[in-house]
Amino acid sequence: MHYTETESMVTNEEKVPSLAKIIWREIVRDKVALISFLFIILITSFVYGISIFLNQDEIVRVDLFAINEPPSENFWLGTDYGGRDIFGQLIIGTRNSLSIGILVTLMTGIIGVTYGLASGYFGGTVDNIMMRIVDFFLILPFLMIVIVFVAIVPEYSVWTFSLIMTAFLWMGKARLIRSKALQERELDYAQASKTLGTPHWKIMFLQVLPNLSSLIIVTMTLNLAANIGLESGLSFLGFGFPEDTPSLGTLLGYARNPQTLELRWWIWVPAAVMVFLLMLAVRNVGEALKRATDAKQRRG
Amino acid sequence: MWKFIVRRLLITMPQIVLLSILVFIMAQLMPGDALSGLIDPNIDPAAIEEQREKLGLNDPWYVQYTDWVTSAIQGDLGQSFRFKMPVTELIGQRLVNTFWLGLATLIFTYIIAIPLGITSGRYNDTLRDQIITGYTYIGFATPLFIFALVMLWVFGYSLGWFPTGGSVEPGLEPGSFAYIMSKINHLLLPAISMALITTVNTVQYLRSEIIDTKQKDFVLTARAKGASEARVYRRHIFRNSLLPVAAYFGFEITGLIGGTIFIETIFSYPGMGLLFMESVLQRDYSVVTSVVLLFGIASILGALLSDIILSLVDPRIRIK
Repeated sequence: MHYTETESMVTNEEKVPSLAKIIWREIVRDKVALISFLFIILITSFVYGISIFLNQDEIVRVDLFAINEPPSENFWLGTDYGGRDIFGQLIIGTRNSLSIGILVTLMTGIIGVTYGLASGYFGGTVDNIMMRIVDFFLILPFLMIVIVFVAIVPEYSVWTFSLIMTAFLWMGKARLIRSKALQERELDYAQASKTLGTPHWKIMFLQVLPNLSSLIIVTMTLNLAANIGLESGLSFLGFGFPEDTPSLGTLLGYARNPQTLELRWWIWVPAAVMVFLLMLAVRNVGEALKRATDAKQRRG
Repeated sequence: MWKFIVRRLLITMPQIVLLSILVFIMAQLMPGDALSGLIDPNIDPAAIEEQREKLGLNDPWYVQYTDWVTSAIQGDLGQSFRFKMPVTELIGQRLVNTFWLGLATLIFTYIIAIPLGITSGRYNDTLRDQIITGYTYIGFATPLFIFALVMLWVFGYSLGWFPTGGSVEPGLEPGSFAYIMSKINHLLLPAISMALITTVNTVQYLRSEIIDTKQKDFVLTARAKGASEARVYRRHIFRNSLLPVAAYFGFEITGLIGGTIFIETIFSYPGMGLLFMESVLQRDYSVVTSVVLLFGIASILGALLSDIILSLVDPRIRIK
């Protein structure tokens, strides 16, 4: 922490608790957030742990003797039209969906924060131009453009998919960070630092950025929930993960076949429940974080 | 006032130009060109080359771009390779369906949002409010397409209350009473499914607007004058809270566009969203670019509309 010195000078007063401590206190106070948090920890450790022992090629191999079987002892959640075990696909799918959600959230976070920080910090004409660009991209029909790019990109892979998603998803964050950075740059510490001749990048990343950290954590958490939903939506339409890389979206995509939707619930309902629970849990934690960072709304 | 609108319009023009450039780049990246849908593979390559030259496909990109924009403005968006008909005609048929779906969704969105938002805001922190807030909370966490799948499964297949696809019963006389009823019947389930999810934004927004307005001084004045509680809410609070909500109407259009892709795919409803999905899958790229261009323009105009309404409602925006 930067202010350890000042803190030791005011030891007779109550110490300011650290951000991590405030967040933890808020989550423990809010039972729903606590359950959600434990659920996320449990699910992530389970799917990442188990999938080490699962062989993805084994699971996605077509077995024509076990097509569309309902749940049984051999297949806990039945099989799909290629005789592939749904339970195994669900575990690997959850892992893949989580991984790409986290990856896209981090990448959009880095781009959005850097862009917003630069725009807000420099202000004036630079800010005006940078924000008009963001405004333009924010209006575009995001889903359609991503689908078109996924369809036309050569050598499509999970990597290109996350890059395309990232390319059209960072703007909202940039705008949010920019509005905060615009306020921060007027504050005395930033102005003083500028007068002392500190290089711009140092003020931006070492001095302004730490003051925005709580905002960044909150938005990134809420974004993670949205990105999990978006990935499953795109995969559902057939423009996300390919079928040999199961994700929650590809499992849901089987429900585009009316017969699967009507008669073989075991294929798509577990994935639907999983997406819903994951998004709800991540959002709950995100909302608790939001309250923790806003002293007015804190419950703890 | 007018100054703001003119300035806002001036921003819209470059936005549409940028959009057209983006769509043009997308079209260039797509495999195939205007000819590949028309020609017979047995034709002599030299003849094809001659045709390409005649159609201007060998021109530099800026000439091609101006040609494309000029013909698009004149209503010529090229030929659909799948349907062997002009894209404009094809889109015309589908656009009507999507228009009705969008309209029905908007009507349901406000039918749900206004009473819920008002109740929630007026009686905030009571049991009623908590139930409504709980609904919006869950609505935010539910992806539209999953909710639509469940609705189709339950009400379309299991209970059989609604048709499971199409926009009208085949074999009915267009314009007849049965035809119109069948159209409405096919619209209901998709529109309600979409409205139940998209409405949560409006409910929350209306709720916080009402809670804000409740604490304003003019409400205190109204009460001090002795106006009845019902009158205070009807004449003073609702009216002032509804206006900003109405202003977001334009932004709803952008949300609807994303939604129609999912809803029309799930309910096999033959509108623009389904046309877009089919055309991407079948590589009918002239249709794809046209749909993206049209929906992009619709979104830009939606944002323009919202900003103008907002500036009418909230004078603070005009000052900048």
